[in-house]
Amino acid sequence: MLNVSEIRKDFPILNRKVNGKPLIYFDNAATSQTPQQVIDVIVDYYSNYNANIHRGVHSLSQEATDAYEQARLKIQKHFNAKHPYEVIFTSGTTHGINLVANGFSSLLKKGDEIIVSALEHHSNIVPWQMLCERTGASLKVIPMNESGELILSKYDTLLNENTKLVFVNHISNALGTINPIETIIEKAHKVGAAILVDGAQSCPHIKPDVQKLDVDFYVCSAHKLCGPTGVGMLYGKEDWLKKLPPYQGGGEMIAEVTFEKTTYADLPHKFEAGTPNISGGIAFGAAIDYMNSIGFDNIAAYEHELLDYATQQLQQIEGLKIYGTAKEKTSVISFNVGTIHPYDVGTILDKMGIAVRTGHHCAQPIMDFYKIPGTIRASFMFYNTKEEIDTFVAALKKAIMMLS
Amino acid sequence: MTIEEVQNEIIDEFSMFEDWEERYQYMIDLGKTLPLIDEKYKTEDNIIKGCQSKVWVHADMQEDKVNFTADSDAIITKGIIAILIRAFSNQHPKDIIEANTDFIDKIGLKEHLSPTRANGLVSMIKQIKMYAIAYQTQLN
Repeated sequence: MLNVSEIRKDFPILNRKVNGKPLIYFDNAATSQTPQQVIDVIVDYYSNYNANIHRGVHSLSQEATDAYEQARLKIQKHFNAKHPYEVIFTSGTTHGINLVANGFSSLLKKGDEIIVSALEHHSNIVPWQMLCERTGASLKVIPMNESGELILSKYDTLLNENTKLVFVNHISNALGTINPIETIIEKAHKVGAAILVDGAQSCPHIKPDVQKLDVDFYVCSAHKLCGPTGVGMLYGKEDWLKKLPPYQGGGEMIAEVTFEKTTYADLPHKFEAGTPNISGGIAFGAAIDYMNSIGFDNIAAYEHELLDYATQQLQQIEGLKIYGTAKEKTSVISFNVGTIHPYDVGTILDKMGIAVRTGHHCAQPIMDFYKIPGTIRASFMFYNTKEEIDTFVAALKKAIMMLS
Repeated sequence: MTIEEVQNEIIDEFSMFEDWEERYQYMIDLGKTLPLIDEKYKTEDNIIKGCQSKVWVHADMQEDKVNFTADSDAIITKGIIAILIRAFSNQHPKDIIEANTDFIDKIGLKEHLSPTRANGLVSMIKQIKMYAIAYQTQLN
């Protein structure tokens, strides 16, 4: 059981007012809020041991390096990677995806096939389109059904010996659908394809075990799980990471440099060119500690309760339609009310201090599927409450009244 | 009336409202009075970029005065355009080009002026001024 009123004290931002009303933050799928424990780590870094890492002999550099590498170990342990060097610090999910896509450009040839799902975020479509343009490979899409679930029988028909890569998000950002990645991974491996799972939406709700999943690559962003923006991680199986060429050139990623030839550093440094987001990496570790101190099982159970409650409340509103009704879904509700434009609803809700996301959620293909311009999306985290949902529903009713 | 006079009239109207709710309700009502664009101009090419909601603006000139019509799929956006069109329609292109848009701030809609705001109010104003520049060139 969660003590939500105690947890809320950890988040200073939850005390602020927006447009004169107490903030109700339901845009967690875009970014989560940051607890004091994580903020303190960032302040401590800049107050006490800010230094460049991996290269100084002085004490500050050593302390910073230790803290940064400790964070890597925390991430390794959390996701259960076999080795710490299988964890690559990135600037976020998009960076991780691009790193893999870029690496595969030297491994793919004309006739090869890449499969993505219909539920993807733009960041998971565009890099593959670019990769296909560069290599002559072609892009196939696993379609979805009306509930927002992937049609796995169609996935079976797309897989063949030409399939080299499969990319799928663990959870859809627009609809909240939890994809059956275990099955998707297993089937990809049966035809010898590699698989990358985008964990941006799942990392705050589910604790994945990358070894048990047998996933080849897994990416996520710290800011989705109470960490800072601008930092994330790419997990890759050692063999795969060795196969991929470096993504960016720069300091730290080299072993030896002459004008004739450069040899690259070992993992993970091969993929970590330049000075990284040091405080961000350390705070990422702190965020994982924080999330684990609450417990992912507790988080999942409580968020499910919020999802059920909000769904029930919203369904009572006349003309309201929820998009994404998968059996397995996380605490995200995408909806519209009659023909009212989501932008109008979002604007009025903001006036009442309520933050929701409106628009296409960087997932235009999903909006095209439902033939709508966008949705209103409310997404909940463990620090939200049923009282907030009540206020939100009342505010929504008021917005509908004003806009009808 | 000059553009400035119309703007002052709008400022006066908005000053009567006590809170955001009245202000927005009024904007929504204004949105319903927007002089609608002819369907034939509602093309993909005429959509103003930078808007989360779709916005179309069209202009024509009669007797040296520019008239605007528009539409949007979001009602608050329609309200904002209605205010803009009221200020700039039936004016000489030169006056439209030179007009400032401070009145948006004065009627409490400053938040919509942010360039990052998804409604694209800034793009709308730009589009209106672009039309005026085009017609001014014709007059020269």
